[in-house]
Amino acid sequence: MTGWGVLKSLWVTFKHLVVTYIEDLRYGKRRYFTPEGVEARRSSDVRGIFTVQYPEEKLPVPEAFRYLPFLVYEEGPNGEKQMRCTSCGICAKVCPPQCIWIVRRNDPQTGRPIPAPAAFYIDVDICMNCGFCAEFCPFDAIKMDHDYEIASYNRLSEHIYDLEKLAKPVSYYASIRPTDYALEEAARAQKGDAKKAGSTAG
Amino acid sequence: MSEAVPKIAQIPDLVNLFPNKVQLDTRPGYQGYIVGREHLLDVVRQLRDEYGYDYLSSVTGVDYLPEGKMEVVYHLYKTLGGPALVLKVQTPREEPRVPSLVPLFRGAEFQEREAWDLLGIRFEGHPDLRRILMWEGFAGFPLRKDWREPYFEEEAKPFKSRWPEGFVFRAEDRNPFGDNVQYPPGFDPETWTSPDDEAVYRALKRIGEDDDFHTDTLVVNLGPQHPSTHGVFRMVVSLSEETILDLKPIMGYLHRNHEKIGERNTFLQNMPFTDRLDYLCSMSNNFGYALAVEKLMGIKPPERAEYIRVMMAELTRFLNHIFAIGFLLNDLGAYFTPALYAIEERELILDVFEAVSGSRMMCNYFRFGGVARDVSADILAKVRRLVYDRLPRKVDEMDEFLTHNEIVRERCEGVGVLTAEQAIANSASGPVLRASGVPYDVRRAEPYSIYDRLEFDVAVRYHGDIYDRYLIRLDEMRQSLRILQQVLRDIPDGPIMTGKPQYQVRVPPGEAYGRVEGPKGELGFYVVSNGKPNPWRYHVRAPSFINLTSLADMAIGHKVADVVAILGSIDIVLGEVDR
Ligand code: SF4
Ligand code: SF4
Repeated sequence: MTGWGVLKSLWVTFKHLVVTYIEDLRYGKRRYFTPEGVEARRSSDVRGIFTVQYPEEKLPVPEAFRYLPFLVYEEGPNGEKQMRCTSCGICAKVCPPQCIWIVRRNDPQTGRPIPAPAAFYIDVDICMNCGFCAEFCPFDAIKMDHDYEIASYNRLSEHIYDLEKLAKPVSYYASIRPTDYALEEAARAQKGDAKKAGSTAG
Repeated sequence: MSEAVPKIAQIPDLVNLFPNKVQLDTRPGYQGYIVGREHLLDVVRQLRDEYGYDYLSSVTGVDYLPEGKMEVVYHLYKTLGGPALVLKVQTPREEPRVPSLVPLFRGAEFQEREAWDLLGIRFEGHPDLRRILMWEGFAGFPLRKDWREPYFEEEAKPFKSRWPEGFVFRAEDRNPFGDNVQYPPGFDPETWTSPDDEAVYRALKRIGEDDDFHTDTLVVNLGPQHPSTHGVFRMVVSLSEETILDLKPIMGYLHRNHEKIGERNTFLQNMPFTDRLDYLCSMSNNFGYALAVEKLMGIKPPERAEYIRVMMAELTRFLNHIFAIGFLLNDLGAYFTPALYAIEERELILDVFEAVSGSRMMCNYFRFGGVARDVSADILAKVRRLVYDRLPRKVDEMDEFLTHNEIVRERCEGVGVLTAEQAIANSASGPVLRASGVPYDVRRAEPYSIYDRLEFDVAVRYHGDIYDRYLIRLDEMRQSLRILQQVLRDIPDGPIMTGKPQYQVRVPPGEAYGRVEGPKGELGFYVVSNGKPNPWRYHVRAPSFINLTSLADMAIGHKVADVVAILGSIDIVLGEVDR
């Protein structure tokens, strides 16, 4: 019968509409502007509305999420920053759009390179967030961040990150990527043990 | 001897068949045959008519600057299945000229124009040899090895200026734009008008002069800024009343010379750039490129990685198809309700991608010899919930929602018909080809990864209209779910990478063509290595681009409003069309 198909389509949209209200009633106040509500609206059995009211509500990002790199430093006993970066240059070499610039530090006496960057820049407007730098850094010194709200009015003064702006403490890294951090620490401990075992044996 | 290889997989011995016309390509790492320039048409015609090589998949050029040669590379297939027959034609670099294959395969039309545009190879006998991706006032041929882009810094990455003395600068400052830009002689931007537009308008079919009513032909530009084009894309149509007499697609507005960037990059650096081709399906793009380079390197990923790859590729197909259907309905005028239903499912799949790869759309997930991260048990559980519960329900809902809707049927049935013969001749691929009654699917025709172990049907429909292109996407979504269920059942534990992750892979000299059945069609990557860290040639056979060859065939004779739906049913992404 002509028109039956259209009616059926309308029935589908009508169901969607009604379900929205049913879900709203079922959840009550918890439906919007609560972490629980946001989680419910992105779960695989979401019904009704699934949109999120950004920026009041934000979807939590998974651990693997990557947005712009940062440099990890260890906090020294007196609060000084010890950069993990040795300025080996691998991240600058692997970076696809070549947005990392590193100046290697040289010993003023001998002129030989010492393992710490004198300067480190990332042009974050060129960065394509590929994550290669973090993936291939042999010292776990550069990692991908979770903070994606970086819009600003001035590209040159705000969006060319220097050492100052890039440096973040290990504790921050451990807080955004706990699993990766635990794995790395375990691997490091194992390596240390192996070295110790090797040196005693040798 | 011939028992081992099934007949369909045997490549005829062209040297014996065409003595003096064809030579074996004996360069190490190369395959196929080198055909004499003057014999090309004969040889290809005979291969098509007598040996079943009826599908010209890819045509591209390579600039062998050190040898002073240009080479055009053809990949021919049988629509019955089997491996590629690779043909090459060489021509001196000073005056590169090759006979056009358009008289035999219309599918060569855009690809030859592209090779002319970017490499300056002249295809003799081509009916419409104009630039296609670059603008008409452009001087030079950007893919030639001695051509340098405006912000040129060095021939190959990594650039020396970044480390160890990388004082910060902006590329724009170091290489001011003007320094390296070439203009055609006598070019004045104030007075210049495109000679091509005139040519296009003039070449369109018009109403006959002897028309008694002296009706005028109306030429209309749809686009480049038009919501129906899904991006920046232009269709020039000539109309008789509302009926389309002729149509010419014009593209390139989003061109960024992906392939030149790719040849400056190292092999690995190209991976995230492939994400940006068809930006809805970055996982499939990764897949194709990884296959091509792995072929060259002679490595294979471990089992678990193969399963993960197929899982990601099929999730991608699902999200692409549901998205395509949603937006087809937008094109039909059902604004955003169906599209949002589709986007909802897509979001859930993107959540999975984000959790495994770190990014929703620019996944950059595949590595040579594996994948970047393992898939955790939590994520597998989430995929399981989607695949077994939610997504099948949603396909059924879409089906119920749209398939029998009279408006959809009225607008789609019998509109935009492409016959099987046209589809093959036009090198159409993917759902467009299969909706025209050609059951050709790379996953079956030349299985890669673990597809030979998986059970699924190649969806095929026979009317070749918009409606069948819609239905075939529903079919394929169901088949993808079937594949996903098998993958989830069988996925083994184990490593996800062959060898150690490396940032500078060693790729032996040679050439390889890796192709996958992407959601939009056959996605191929042709890669030539000369043993250096950067590919010598990197070419993308973009399905959206080549499928547009059929647009005019589908649209002529229909109403102008139908073009919008026809274009929607081809399912293009301009990031891939324009590259
Ligand atoms: S961040 Fe890592 S890869 Fe980059 S220079 Fe420092 S140590 Fe090397
Ligand atoms: S994320 Fe990628 S593009 Fe960005 S700095 Fe790291 S390597 Fe470069």
